[in-house]
Amino acid sequence: MSLPPESPANPWRVYALVFTNLRRHRWRALIGMAGISFGVAAMLTILAIISGAIGMFQRILSSDSHYLVFERNVSDLFFSSVTSAQVAALRARPDVAEAHPVLFGLVSAPGHPVVTCFGIEATDPRLGRAQWLAGERAGFGARAGEIFLGSRAAEFLGARLGAELAIGRGTFRVAGILRTENGFEDGGVFLPLPEAQAFFHRAGAASVVTVKLRDERTGGAFKVAVEAADAGLMALENREFNSTYTSFRILNFTGWAVGVCAFALGGLSVANTMLLSVFSRIREIAILRVCGFSRAQVAGLIFGEAAAVAALGVVVGCALGAALLAVLERVPQFNGYVQARVDPAVLAGIVATAFITAAGGAIYPARFASRIEPAEAMRYE
Amino acid sequence: MSDPAAAIVRARGVAKSYDSGRIPVLHEVDLTVAAGELVALWGASGSGKSTLLHLLGGLDVPDRGELEVCGLDPRREADRLTLRRRELGFVFQLHHLIPDLTVEENLRVPALAAGRPSRETGLRLRELAAQVGLAHRLSHRIQDLSGGERQRTAICRALMNRPRLLLADEPTGSLDERNGEVVFALLRDLAARHGLTVLLATHERRFAEACHRIIRVRDGRLDEIAA
Repeated sequence: MSLPPESPANPWRVYALVFTNLRRHRWRALIGMAGISFGVAAMLTILAIISGAIGMFQRILSSDSHYLVFERNVSDLFFSSVTSAQVAALRARPDVAEAHPVLFGLVSAPGHPVVTCFGIEATDPRLGRAQWLAGERAGFGARAGEIFLGSRAAEFLGARLGAELAIGRGTFRVAGILRTENGFEDGGVFLPLPEAQAFFHRAGAASVVTVKLRDERTGGAFKVAVEAADAGLMALENREFNSTYTSFRILNFTGWAVGVCAFALGGLSVANTMLLSVFSRIREIAILRVCGFSRAQVAGLIFGEAAAVAALGVVVGCALGAALLAVLERVPQFNGYVQARVDPAVLAGIVATAFITAAGGAIYPARFASRIEPAEAMRYE
Repeated sequence: MSDPAAAIVRARGVAKSYDSGRIPVLHEVDLTVAAGELVALWGASGSGKSTLLHLLGGLDVPDRGELEVCGLDPRREADRLTLRRRELGFVFQLHHLIPDLTVEENLRVPALAAGRPSRETGLRLRELAAQVGLAHRLSHRIQDLSGGERQRTAICRALMNRPRLLLADEPTGSLDERNGEVVFALLRDLAARHGLTVLLATHERRFAEACHRIIRVRDGRLDEIAA
């Protein structure tokens, strides 16, 4: 008999079995997929919340500005202190169009031990951008003893225009309620800067100064000049600040660390599932070897099944995460602080982590499967 | 004895033992099989028939001795793959089909390993299924088949990649008498139709006597008793 007419062999055709096997062992596949999808959902939720929170904080800082100026070598902006003389010096620079000092502080209100307080000047652009629901921007700082509330803060504090509100050890009259796009601002309270400085015992101090340059291209020279003129100050471009600010980095690192732990559990789930799958298919794998499957093809099948499980896990996990975020954004108890933001790079990282986890979980099962000796497997089964 | 020049199987001084040599199974075996022959390896259970087939098919490696099957050396991994994908088909006593898969899906397995095109595979499996009377069972799952149908499916699977040599290890051993006869007749018919060489391990004299040659396997030694 002559050799058969040869058609071009396609080594990828073998992976058609991946889907057949997943269908056959659907419960096992679902368990593995659940592990990955919980990892994806957890990581997506945590990182989206953290990204959103960082984004909100960044927007507070970078409100209509190019540079942030703050005290050098502080661990957190809440501890930064820029004096009124330093603010004045910044304003006096010819390349500076606007400079707005902001004093951050935390205050307590009845039933709400932590409320963010922003001490700002009446000229601060964020007041102009806000939608005033009650009161007027012109009244900001016009009279002593007045406070202005973000709309979410007004909601959870149950305060109305003209009401007396106990904040810390003082009582303020609500002189305005404004809605901003930023969850932190909207859930915070605003005091005129001098009022805030007095309240926090930081006379003449601001936490940061947001600086808008006349020409953004002169930023490099501005940074050098500011830091040369005052060694106690640091000027960072908004983008640069975002990537170096320790608190953001800690938040990001924490998010990834928690997410990776969630994935490690997912990976163990995949490893367990795939191992169980291989152990229960020893004879079947031996048959595949008898039918011409190479060791690499057998290992490829196991990896293929793990990858398919991971792909399903990513899809389901993203859907779960998105649903969870949508719910969290609407929970009143979060006071609007949850403003999830899904960065495409982070999403790509999550997807890559899911596949790496699944592949990692499949290494031992694939190695075991590829080493099954057909004669031995069939002799003892 | 067949002409060594036209041999499709050649074994010289092949020995195999298990448990680190404590259980000898084959002793210095010599065997030559020519293309197109239907050869019975006849012997009792445990005589070494299956081990010899496993060695020829590259499912196991001998302790010593030379092997050549279809011009390839089954002791080498690369040759083993080529053998299993192109030159050899296996049929076992137990059908060793993959449960939960349909007949068609089982028949596609060898073609998948060889990377054969799906359409060509479909034509081939339908042709074979028709020849063994399984055309109406292609979409049925293995657990829905009778013992005889399962073994016929296993025979079809062994022939999917158009092998030159069929190694059949007690293919009738798990079947009742009538189904055993049907399967053996089928094997003989397919061998003739496809120009196959068949090495049939069996303990049943009636099937051995229906082959071109009978080689008795006893205590790991071969003895040609009829040609």
